[in-house]
Amino acid sequence: MLTVTIDGVEVEVEAGATVLQACEQAGKEIPRFCYHDRLNIAGNCRMCLVEMENSPKPIASCAMPIGDGMVIHTNTPQVRKAREGVMEFLLINHPLDCPICDQGGECDLQDQAMAYGLDHSRYRENKRAVKDKDLGPLVKTVMTRCIHCTRCIRFATEIAGVEELGALGRGEHMEISNYIERALTSELSGNIIDLCPVGALTSKPYAFTARSWELNTTETIDAHDAVGSNIRVDSRGRSVLRVLPRLHEDVNEEWLSDKARFANDGLRRQRLDRPYIRCDGRLQPSTWDDAFSAIADRLKATNGDRIAAIAGDMACAESMIALKDLMTALGSPHVDCRQDGAKLETEVRASYLFNTTIAGIEDADACLLIGTNPRWEAALVNARLRKRYLAGGFRILSVGPELDLTIPVETLGGGPDALAALADGSLSSSAVLSNVERPMLILGQGALARFDGSAILGAARCIAERCNMVQDGWNGFNVLHTAAARVAGLDLGMVPEQGGRDVSGILEGAGNGDLDAVFLLGADEINTSDLGDAFVIYLGHHGDAGANRADVVLPGAAYVEKNATWVNTEGRAQLGQRAVFPPGDAREDWAVVRALSEVVGHTLPYDDLASVRARLAEIAPLLGSPDEIGPATWGAFGTDGAMNSDPFASPVSDFYMTNAICRASETMAACSAQILGAGPRDTGTHG
Amino acid sequence: MLDDEDRIFTNLYGLEDWRLAGARARGDWDDTKALLEKGRDEIIQEIKDSGLRGRGGAGFPAGLKWSFMPKESDGRPSYLVVNADEGEPGTCKDRDILRHDPHKLVEGCLVAGFAMGACAAYIYTRGEFHREIQNLQTAVDEAYDGGLIGKNACNSGYDFDVYVHPGAGAYICGEEMALIESLEGKKGQPRLKPPFPAAVGVWGCPTTVNNVETIAVAPEILRRGYSWFAGLGRPNNTGTKIFCISGHVNEPCNVEEEMGIPMRELIEKHAGGVRGGWDNLLAVIPGGASVPVIPKSVCDTVLMDFDSLKDVKSGLGTAAVIVMDKSTDIVKAIARLSKFYMHESCGQCTPCREGTGWMSRVMDRLVEGRAEVAEIDLLEEVTYQIEGHTICALGDAAAWPIQGLIRHFRPELERRIVERMLSDEGASTEAAA
Amino acid sequence: MSKERASFEFTQALRTEADKIIAKYPKGRQMSAVLPVLDLVQRHNGGWVTTEMVSAVAEYLDMAPIRVYEVATFYTMINLEPVGETLVEVCTTTPCWLRGCDEIVQACEETLGIGLGETGADGKFTLREVECLGACVNAPVVRINDDYYEDLDLHRTRAVLELISRGAIPPPGSQTGRKTSAPASGPTTLSARAGSF
Repeated sequence: MLTVTIDGVEVEVEAGATVLQACEQAGKEIPRFCYHDRLNIAGNCRMCLVEMENSPKPIASCAMPIGDGMVIHTNTPQVRKAREGVMEFLLINHPLDCPICDQGGECDLQDQAMAYGLDHSRYRENKRAVKDKDLGPLVKTVMTRCIHCTRCIRFATEIAGVEELGALGRGEHMEISNYIERALTSELSGNIIDLCPVGALTSKPYAFTARSWELNTTETIDAHDAVGSNIRVDSRGRSVLRVLPRLHEDVNEEWLSDKARFANDGLRRQRLDRPYIRCDGRLQPSTWDDAFSAIADRLKATNGDRIAAIAGDMACAESMIALKDLMTALGSPHVDCRQDGAKLETEVRASYLFNTTIAGIEDADACLLIGTNPRWEAALVNARLRKRYLAGGFRILSVGPELDLTIPVETLGGGPDALAALADGSLSSSAVLSNVERPMLILGQGALARFDGSAILGAARCIAERCNMVQDGWNGFNVLHTAAARVAGLDLGMVPEQGGRDVSGILEGAGNGDLDAVFLLGADEINTSDLGDAFVIYLGHHGDAGANRADVVLPGAAYVEKNATWVNTEGRAQLGQRAVFPPGDAREDWAVVRALSEVVGHTLPYDDLASVRARLAEIAPLLGSPDEIGPATWGAFGTDGAMNSDPFASPVSDFYMTNAICRASETMAACSAQILGAGPRDTGTHG
Repeated sequence: MLDDEDRIFTNLYGLEDWRLAGARARGDWDDTKALLEKGRDEIIQEIKDSGLRGRGGAGFPAGLKWSFMPKESDGRPSYLVVNADEGEPGTCKDRDILRHDPHKLVEGCLVAGFAMGACAAYIYTRGEFHREIQNLQTAVDEAYDGGLIGKNACNSGYDFDVYVHPGAGAYICGEEMALIESLEGKKGQPRLKPPFPAAVGVWGCPTTVNNVETIAVAPEILRRGYSWFAGLGRPNNTGTKIFCISGHVNEPCNVEEEMGIPMRELIEKHAGGVRGGWDNLLAVIPGGASVPVIPKSVCDTVLMDFDSLKDVKSGLGTAAVIVMDKSTDIVKAIARLSKFYMHESCGQCTPCREGTGWMSRVMDRLVEGRAEVAEIDLLEEVTYQIEGHTICALGDAAAWPIQGLIRHFRPELERRIVERMLSDEGASTEAAA
Repeated sequence: MSKERASFEFTQALRTEADKIIAKYPKGRQMSAVLPVLDLVQRHNGGWVTTEMVSAVAEYLDMAPIRVYEVATFYTMINLEPVGETLVEVCTTTPCWLRGCDEIVQACEETLGIGLGETGADGKFTLREVECLGACVNAPVVRINDDYYEDLDLHRTRAVLELISRGAIPPPGSQTGRKTSAPASGPTTLSARAGSF
């Protein structure tokens, strides 16, 4: 620890800290534009100048390492003058078009001009105008407002790992730009909007939609992937107008993937806002009563053994437990939450979790990817891998498709052959994993959602054990999920009971007439044409594949429209809060199942959120302890059966098109077309 | 006046053969091995004792700078980088060394590089000096062929490489941190200090950046003895220096003279005097565009060295003496420098990026008197808002000429404004009539 | 000269040259060669660099194209637009201005029939104003392609340009016959050596 004096107060600061950090620690506010604690230090805005004794000039506090005995002054006339000067320079060529700027009300330049600037302009010359740049469908540019802090360039280069932004030209003609005008090819590009301290980079889909002070803000959890990013949903009336990240150091830090941020327009389109009943082959608008009685008529006449249920990827824990309990009451063992057919097991919790934890990646020394493309399956897990890589001494091996993860990946092979060689130690590369202290592997759904998935799971366990990935205080075995619902589903036992059918069994049974009724809880990623003549009940929020096949459609709530529990790929339970009400007659899903249970004569024993959650905690205690991660016990899982030599494929073939909300989103469609150059696609997911 | 025998750059004008044979005849590469045998510490001590201060503008003691380099390598190689990105308006001395005395520089690289434990020297030469680069490269090739550099340089047992690196048109690359960035293949945007280059320089390795002239004089100092060099000039301002005398003199020229020579003597002895006589002198920019202008009254007596010029609120800079006679539109002369700094600002940090353009535009109006008198104060405030607040010294360099102008020529600025107002009023009265 | 965007590849000859440049820098620091390699391809392409060449240089040096583009837009000697066969650059910074560069600009404009920043329709000349060329004691100075023409005035500038437009290359350096940077009437120093003059 070093001692420094800041404005006459001595503070102890850790060596390696900067003067700015020391000032913050001493409770002194230091204005800044270019400095950001997750980016490299640029020191270019000069707003953070402070006085250091024995220095002839003021120093940029963001860039100056602390030295023992330093004496710093942050509020002298010279410092105030320096800030005022910098502020004035920043404003002379700034358009001051705040009334038509989307950053208005949440603009660092505005705020700091109020706090540190002059109250009038002394600049008589013409202001500079800068041509706007095309950065694609997500980021709108008004480059005349740019103050050249270079945060966006540093984010793209350092965090996102796409070197596509730069500062062209020099002097007052310097402009932030891409190389050839084309969309940024990052899944994290929206973060540069948050980082931009002015209105140069704003959200294109959100342009001119609202003022920050008109918005209702709700803190909740994202469900587009299994990361469980902490988000803040800004709404007005019943509309979600924008989604922003919330800080959670262990999950998403302060970043958010573009899908989580920009798919919200999909919440307004193709919504199921009333029940429907299929009549004469067509879905007709109906009422809750009629829809429930149509279902009751059918289910009462059906043996429970001939009923099945599939939970989709965006189902919340509350709705899954309600559905599971209802199915049990009806006497059906045929339930499954693995709509992609992944051969995940529930006996050993460590077998389906990302045990290392996302933040724990930073402690790993080497990583083996098995059948996964983390960049598309969990963009922020990939960002964490990149962060770890940049820290040095980290090698990434992969068995699966060739990958561009923005960091070097050594591909050992395409499929199980390489995996088998790693498992028996015959592949020399396994030394990369076994010779380090904390190796890890990431097993993707692309490796598990196959007929030989159990054997692959077993092989992965074998590799983990052989390479000493599971030790005291370190578990390097990780399953990377793509579905927000999946871990909760597994925790709650949303898998076939003894003698029950899994997803492929259900589809087979429905197809061949062994099953009479199938309940789809937001399940859209199955091949619905396989459902044969079965009576299909769909509870969900979008008119997507499942609803199109359904005989009765029950309108449910999307992830931001309900108070719901989500368990991310790490096994971290987090509570989402309702930001807006679901549209029309739509209701929260667990309540729909609860109401239905009454109609079919198997009333579920809970009728408010607290009692559903008590039921969750009863089955899976961790679901009752939000944001806690309990180390999962290791055990035997998987099989040692034969593996097919077909290569692995990632389950995500189009990052922007992975669920019903995305598919309803015009923004995501534009991204898919402009960034990936993709033509029309069916579902965006395999399996 | 300096005796010819005390001059180091004996082929300054290229009157003799600049190649190896000619250089050897002038004494270059004469038992360089013996110089190296003094050892690193001894060389650095002698350079310190000679009082040699950096010839690139800032005047930092050269021996002290070399002593910052690590004595023991931590595994990283060390580099000497020679700043031959000569571009300070008024300055053209390094050009003469590069084209007429390149072997002095190459030998200096070996000696200085050896003293600081460097494995190689990179000579960053401004790209416009295409012909000069050709001469320098020829000299480097000759030195390699003659075993003077490369493996076992001069049979000293020391391996040392010298490379010539061309720039491509950016004044800012003359700033040492920008030069290092540029040498790494990036834009020439100055890096933040600390870390200083002796700790983390080019490619993350310990580096010393020195001006061409600083390096080129080192072998001669070591050969003749530091006390010879220290005996020239004045204390703390020792040795000889190449002066560039441009502008309104009868015979503009470069000349090597003793530090501390009176400005008037320098101009009259070597440059044929001020056009129209000394009394026709208006002002002089004594050290390249970055230093404040001084009026004739100061020029009458000032000595040409670091401390004397600092005492009159200017600077020796690169010793580029820009002479302006009474016919000069002094406001325009300085306004043109403001335009230069606006053009050459790298754009990285706020005060310089925004301030240089602001100053240049106000200066352009002041040339024609299209301003209010209060704007002179505003302009001066703007210069102080830039000075000391930027990453590198370009901001200061842009501010100082204007500060000098206002300090010494404020009445001229006011006169133009008033005249302009009167003529505008006259015009509008006429129009009204 | 034409601005068509032909695809660009490093020829074997260019590769050889580029590799020689790259060899100057420590292993893995090939990026340091970006300026000289840009200069190399620029000379190969008649004085300017196309977008395709920026990309090719990026690939050759294992850099992101945006990084090469940043560099190409930062340095004034890299031209991203076509230039004439002869590039005439007039220094107008203060030392040259004090010695009459306005007149030199005028001579260039009149003789070449183009203004500052322009290229003639025949593609023969591009005229450009530049900042200090670093030959101030020989002001005013014009740089024509790789050579400096010094101690110019209206007539001498015209004479130089007229020779060039007729395909000749006038001897560069001082146009008054003085020896480099020495005083016009002869050196005031190094008199013992003047014998060899």
